[in-house]
Amino acid sequence: MTDADTALVLARAQFAFTVSFHFIFPSFSIGLASYLAVLEGLWLKTGRSEYLDLFRYWVKIFAVAFAMGVVSGIVMSYQFGTNWSVFSDKAGPVVGPLMAYEVLTAFFLEAGFLGVMLFGTAKVGKGLHFGATLMVAVGTFISAFWILSVNSWMQTPQGFTTNADGQFVPAGSWLPIIFNPSFPYRLVHTVIAAYLTTALAVGGVGAWHLLKGRATPQVRRMFSMAMWMAALVAPVQLLVGDQHGLNTLEHQPAKVMAMEGHYEDHPDGAPLVLFGIPDDEAATVHAAIEIPKLSSLILRHDPNAPLKGLKSLPKADRPPARIIFWSFRIMVGLGLLMIALGMWSLVARLAGRLYDWRWMHRLALALGPAGFVAVIAGWVTTEVGRQPWVIYGQLRTADAVSPIAAPGVGGSLIAFVLIYFSVFGAGSWYILRLMAAPPEPGEPDPRATPRMAAPQAAQRGEG
Amino acid sequence: MGVDFDLTVVWAMIIAFAVTMYVVMDGFDLGIGILFPFFRVGRERDAAMNAIAPVWDGNETWLVLGGGGLMAAFPLAYAIILPALYTPLIAMLLGLVFRGVAFEFRWRDPGHRALWDAAFCAGSIVATLAQGVTLGALLQGVEISGRAYAGGWWDWLSPFSLLTGAALLISYALLGAGWLVWKTEGRVHDDARRFARLLLPAMLVAVLAVSAATPFLDGKYYERWFVAPGLFVTVPMPLLVAFCALMAWRGIGGGRDEQPFFWTLGLFACTLAGLAISFWPDVIPGRVTIWEAAAPARSQLFMLVGTAVMVPLILAYTGWSYWVFRGKVGEHGYH
Repeated sequence: MTDADTALVLARAQFAFTVSFHFIFPSFSIGLASYLAVLEGLWLKTGRSEYLDLFRYWVKIFAVAFAMGVVSGIVMSYQFGTNWSVFSDKAGPVVGPLMAYEVLTAFFLEAGFLGVMLFGTAKVGKGLHFGATLMVAVGTFISAFWILSVNSWMQTPQGFTTNADGQFVPAGSWLPIIFNPSFPYRLVHTVIAAYLTTALAVGGVGAWHLLKGRATPQVRRMFSMAMWMAALVAPVQLLVGDQHGLNTLEHQPAKVMAMEGHYEDHPDGAPLVLFGIPDDEAATVHAAIEIPKLSSLILRHDPNAPLKGLKSLPKADRPPARIIFWSFRIMVGLGLLMIALGMWSLVARLAGRLYDWRWMHRLALALGPAGFVAVIAGWVTTEVGRQPWVIYGQLRTADAVSPIAAPGVGGSLIAFVLIYFSVFGAGSWYILRLMAAPPEPGEPDPRATPRMAAPQAAQRGEG
Repeated sequence: MGVDFDLTVVWAMIIAFAVTMYVVMDGFDLGIGILFPFFRVGRERDAAMNAIAPVWDGNETWLVLGGGGLMAAFPLAYAIILPALYTPLIAMLLGLVFRGVAFEFRWRDPGHRALWDAAFCAGSIVATLAQGVTLGALLQGVEISGRAYAGGWWDWLSPFSLLTGAALLISYALLGAGWLVWKTEGRVHDDARRFARLLLPAMLVAVLAVSAATPFLDGKYYERWFVAPGLFVTVPMPLLVAFCALMAWRGIGGGRDEQPFFWTLGLFACTLAGLAISFWPDVIPGRVTIWEAAAPARSQLFMLVGTAVMVPLILAYTGWSYWVFRGKVGEHGYH
């Protein structure tokens, strides 16, 4: 490999590493912010203390996750320039304004109201505090809206033209850029994924305490809420994901070919490859287990519909199927398990045994982190599936990289790996420790935790 | 010199505004981080941390607006500056990681509080030094070929960039001390006053050194400072600086608690105005003008609509948040 090739690989590794790590936190905080708003709203409406206990329990976890999301997110806003400067120069006039809107309409909103949400219980009225919580929740959603619009534009670019400097510039209205073809699907699929991730994490914590014999009203309440969410949303996610896939087939067929493990053209019905070992060099799937015609039935709703394979594309234009084939199966497999958990919880609920069936609790506990894994797997599928393009069909990843020598990119990658694993490892450990303790009746206000350790401050924090 | 008052100029002013907001608002957060080891372990450090805990995240967001705005309005500048300052910028980001998580982690893990306090301080120092070095490296000039950075990844390092790094370290520390004089009471307040008394002369020396060195860098700074219209700012500047410094000094010695902070802000305003003279009308001094780097009008206009609507709103609710946490912070959080 030449130095430039090495630098490219290192820059890609760095982006993949920093964005995957970052993505874990917002996929939790988007759902958790909404969950907190629901809990606080229910407490204000019903006056039942277990909702307040749960709010105070989860807001501490939210604060830690949010801090890690913020600091890893700032890194992302600079990664575009440090490592992908050609992309920034060329695509800046199109994606830059969308990201600026994200800062203006989302980041400031979240950050501005977070202080009141975390530290303001004793300083503002209940209504205003609830308003602050709502603003934080809305901010996380608006943030997802803009950044997914940017990502979707890179997947399915439209509404642009190129100028004399080779820059992508808006051709006319901004609406086709923002609402590009894959955006609505990606937005719905990703936001639901964030809600599901949070539901599974909350459900996992609830299941843990149920298994430990702590079936307090608070634990029951959060487990029940989480299982409702899983039962209702996981099947919806399957349908949304299917629609997203059909949209991808229309706009990025190569990605679907790689997901399906289709190298050959199938003029009269393509099989569904359940498992196998894709080999990009030989352009074949070893040890494939296939169901004839099923892929055509799923993707075209016709068992005999023709589907093209990766061999129909020049080798330089093919995404690496060996990664996408598996990341896609991990995502779908976990999604099916989530649906199974949701159904099981419904049966248990009907039988009046929601808090008693230990094997269901064990499954819920095992699936506690499943949302995070599925989100990352889905992200890998869509991002690696876009390769070898950074802007699909328009700008190759290899042509978008910064002119930084390999030692520079490698050195910073090592620094990111070491620091992220230690710092975010510690943060995740703190979150797990908070989760290991059950929510208590009269759960203390975050204001009253060590931050303001004196007992009189805790009492003033009430109400 | 006539100025075409066009969209690009407006955007240059918006970016300058975002950078100014960042420097002022995260400046005192970082300054408190820099001074952190000099406060006694326990209640004094808790109070210093609590003085900024509810607002640091919003303050830091101005950095994202500065970076994101630069990419959107001046993509060529973003694409040249970030690779040119690769190492200091990555160091800054990693410093901000440590600084940011320490706000939560030090309360979550009392057993390792000393460790997270050290991370808070070291992160603040690294981020500040990196920002100062970035400024110095930009002023001394970056090598460009075509539409890309053409230098190496150590070009930023020079005696001048180290000088600007040290100057910013002192300046943020003074701003942080000023904030603590205003927002705290008791021992931490008295300590902050003591630190400010040492830091104010140090900042003046540092700013003087940077100002003396700048006109002799390989740029057009000499012209910009000593030829109209820059001259009209250059001539009264020493008087303004001297006045702010004198008032800050009196404020530190006694008087109302908010005075040291606001007069230090006056000093920041003077130095930032000086920097504006040095840069104008370039976005990369001596190399790329704001018009050369500008995104097309359609991009700038689209964002301008959002900025015109959102920035006043942001300032309003940020102001509200500061109002909620007004007054002195006690050792257990805001009263």
